[in-house]
Amino acid sequence: MAEKQNDNVTIDSINDDISDAIAHEPSEQYLTFFIDNEEYGVDILSVQEIRGWEPATEIPNAPAYLKGVINLRGTVVPITDLRLRFGINQFEYSPVTVVIVVKVKAGNSEKIMGVVVDAVSDVSNFSKADIHPAPELAENKNTAFVKGLGSSESKMVILLDINKLLSAPDDVDLSEMSRALAK
Amino acid sequence: MARILAVDDSASMRQMVSFTLKGAGHDVVEAADGKQALDKAKGTQVDLVLSDVNMPVMDGLALVKELRALPNYKFTPILMLTTESTGDKKMEGKQAGATGWLVKPFNPDQLLATIKKVLG
Amino acid sequence: MSIDLSQFHQVFFEESYEGLDAMESALLNLQPDNVDSETINEIFRAAHSIKGGSGTFGFTDVASFTHVVETLLDEIRSETRTITSETVDLFLRSVDCIRRMIQQHDAGEPCDIPEASELKALFEAILSGDEPSETDVIAAVDPEAKAAEVQPENASQKGWRIYFKPEIDVLRTGNDPLRMFRELESLGSLSVTADVSELPLISSIDPEACYLAWSLELSADVPKSAVEEVFEWVVDESDLTITPLSESNLSSAENTASDAVSENASGPVVDSVIDAEPDNNEEQQNSPIAGPAPTESPKPVAAKPTATVSDKKDKSKVEVSSIRVGIDKVDDLINMVGELVITQSMLGELGLDFTIESLPRLLEGIEQLSQNTRELQESVMRIRMLPISFTFSRFPRLVHDLSRTMGKKIELKLLGEQTELDKTVMERIGDPLVHLVRNSLDHGIETPEQRINAGKPETGTITLNAFHQSGNIVIQIIDDGAGLNKPRILEKAQQNGLVAEGDMLSDDQIHDLIFRPGFSTADQISDISGRGVGMDVVRRNINELNGSVEVESSEGEGSVFTIRLPLTLAILDGQLIRVGKHIYILPLISIVESIQSFQGMLHRVVGGCDLLRLRDEYVPIIQLSSIFNIASDAKDMDDGLLVVVEGDNMKVAILIDDLEAQQQVVIKSLEENYKKVDGVSGATILGDGTVSLILDIAGLIKLAGVQRYEYKAVSSGDDCAA
Repeated sequence: MAEKQNDNVTIDSINDDISDAIAHEPSEQYLTFFIDNEEYGVDILSVQEIRGWEPATEIPNAPAYLKGVINLRGTVVPITDLRLRFGINQFEYSPVTVVIVVKVKAGNSEKIMGVVVDAVSDVSNFSKADIHPAPELAENKNTAFVKGLGSSESKMVILLDINKLLSAPDDVDLSEMSRALAK
Repeated sequence: MARILAVDDSASMRQMVSFTLKGAGHDVVEAADGKQALDKAKGTQVDLVLSDVNMPVMDGLALVKELRALPNYKFTPILMLTTESTGDKKMEGKQAGATGWLVKPFNPDQLLATIKKVLG
Repeated sequence: MSIDLSQFHQVFFEESYEGLDAMESALLNLQPDNVDSETINEIFRAAHSIKGGSGTFGFTDVASFTHVVETLLDEIRSETRTITSETVDLFLRSVDCIRRMIQQHDAGEPCDIPEASELKALFEAILSGDEPSETDVIAAVDPEAKAAEVQPENASQKGWRIYFKPEIDVLRTGNDPLRMFRELESLGSLSVTADVSELPLISSIDPEACYLAWSLELSADVPKSAVEEVFEWVVDESDLTITPLSESNLSSAENTASDAVSENASGPVVDSVIDAEPDNNEEQQNSPIAGPAPTESPKPVAAKPTATVSDKKDKSKVEVSSIRVGIDKVDDLINMVGELVITQSMLGELGLDFTIESLPRLLEGIEQLSQNTRELQESVMRIRMLPISFTFSRFPRLVHDLSRTMGKKIELKLLGEQTELDKTVMERIGDPLVHLVRNSLDHGIETPEQRINAGKPETGTITLNAFHQSGNIVIQIIDDGAGLNKPRILEKAQQNGLVAEGDMLSDDQIHDLIFRPGFSTADQISDISGRGVGMDVVRRNINELNGSVEVESSEGEGSVFTIRLPLTLAILDGQLIRVGKHIYILPLISIVESIQSFQGMLHRVVGGCDLLRLRDEYVPIIQLSSIFNIASDAKDMDDGLLVVVEGDNMKVAILIDDLEAQQQVVIKSLEENYKKVDGVSGATILGDGTVSLILDIAGLIKLAGVQRYEYKAVSSGDDCAA
């Protein structure tokens, strides 16, 4: 069900799926996307919309993965390049490069943030039984940003805890985590 | 259905009067003091004037006198909305040329009953 | 028809608060020995409106309390009583009392202000000897009492015979006998006979006069009062007699009713029942008939107490926080919406038969649309901005009361009252301001004796000043009092362990100690500003608003507390600047000047900050490209442009590539979705929809590591050259 290639998935159809998912509010639905040929997923309830990449206003002295801020209907929203956040070299932005806009809970408030991914994949259902804890990476505490690994017959998806991931301090290095999980 | 000029410096009273009258199908022109009321009365012919007495800029009594001096307001009913229930205050209004009065506090039903008296 | 009066309550509360504020400030301006009649009128009108409104909307406790206040004011207004400073104080206390009563109603709480009855008694004591004030109060304002006043009336079984001779000028008051007859007709069947005997010769007739008299017979089962009511407005000037058609039904109620007529009517009263004794049987027999009558007949004086009670019940509904907006701001909005509508219809028409030739017009229309939208957005934002006078207005009273309590003479000056800030910020700055003003009153200003001994004017001055600076609102509390006592502060700080014994502190550092938690000097605690709430709380509250508070003080001359607050939702006059491909915004207000060619004014400092020699001072240069780590066009410093700005009490020159447009920008928070960025105070959205960052000069200075010291050019040793 989730093995579709990204090029026959339009942003609109995904956005429709998101609205459907929010309407029915099933327990474990994930929006999945690709970074460096690895499939990741975020809880669909935290996803607000998906939009095409557009140039952002750079923030001085911000880390390289923070691409800047954009104007989202009058709100100033920071954009993080997840590829760079995971310590993977920069990908040439193309028309299929998309920004997933998510709502992140930070303490009592909610922040709206965008993440750049290589391409969105699909909306996938995982039952509780399909989600396995991430393998303990002894030397690396950064698995806190991973909820678990979702598996179906055809694939495995790294399910991210987007709240923790985007609230993490700048100096937390995630490259090792992504490398370890990508195996 | 009549066109009524409601004059009161208190916005809440004005709103209450206006709301009540509009609800009864009347057309309401509002003014916050005598001067405003006079300007509006000159700009449009109204069938009835309801005016507070104590107002800044121009009070209700002065307004009645000014209105009565206008040819087209010679016989127009003018009712004073007054808190004074005593005789001499009412007489002041009558002497200025007011038709009658409605004693505050009044409720919407009383207001409608009173204007029915002058509008028939 | 039933109308829910509670829908008008909020408006009433707000205008009452406003009226009370107006009363208060007028009272404070009042000079008892030289009373200005317009001021008294203003105070009277405010009280009068509150009384009228509270009666109408069912807040009888407010109405009856305000009535005594109004009565005394009326006597002062009509000069039957003189005003003293004691009565002014009494009025001020009443203002507070009424305000609290209204606040309780506003909050939907049961109204219980013990002070009200105490104050009311004081007023009545002053008023006593004049009128039987207590009954007057109830009669005038209490709908329940009013209803009770309406006597149970006897109904006539058959009807009434009426003789009515209006005064000759009756038509000139807008009264019309025919209208009255129609009204009578609505009560039952009516026969009218006109008496034309007094009609003059046609040649001398005045068409506006009324020469007629009428005899009427009304067959209707209505009380006499219903008939009297028809003639209510003309009875004083007319001959009016009302007699029962049948004299078989008489009761005591008629005595009262006919008494009223006989008092007022100028003509002879023909009322044969005047001496009739009440008959018990008849009274019992008639009461069921009299009962429903008041509800059926229109009766202006009979208020319904039940209606007012039920209003109070559903008071506890959602509290609507509202804002009063200047009409000019609303007009701006309306104009903009008008333009938007024009643009929209222009685009709509264009879309009906679109050809490629219309493309330029389409683009023009879209540009216009985005312009309209932007302006509309800005105007809507501006609606949230209120002048700080809303907060300042409470201080005259505070200073008046406190200086009396403390036996000090203090004049309060308010400056920059029209400075606007966001409503939310304003609501939260009130308490810290009160605390600082109390502090200045209590610790700053000396007693009159101390001041005279120090060779100062007896009356001290506290100044509240507000102004915009660098996209901030700055509020200062300035006093010309004794200034902070450094030795005592230091001593206390050492006792509390805030400072070690041998620490060398600058004056500013010592002064700043008063904002430290745990700092309080025992002899500082007083009724006024003590009570354990320290300056640390003030600073914390202000910091929570992303603001700062500082104190400057010099002994013997006074202190200045300076609060700086961001205008979170405010609009800023911005200067767009460019460095490489980046556009930033400088607050226009912070710009001193810009300098294009400054060769010969540069003073290079090895291992430090380059300086610009600007007339008699050296200004540190901040290279935006280097502190922001971005590429600039200018390869050498000389290729750029220097903008001299002022921030955080010092001047710096910022090196940029170019100045762009100036425009008003809506400040957006970066922190809402991201976090605080050094050197940046916020962001805005430019006309092309992109985000641009607003620079924070104090932050830039910090980021560049510019040392804060005096860069005064030494006039003798002019060694500066590029």
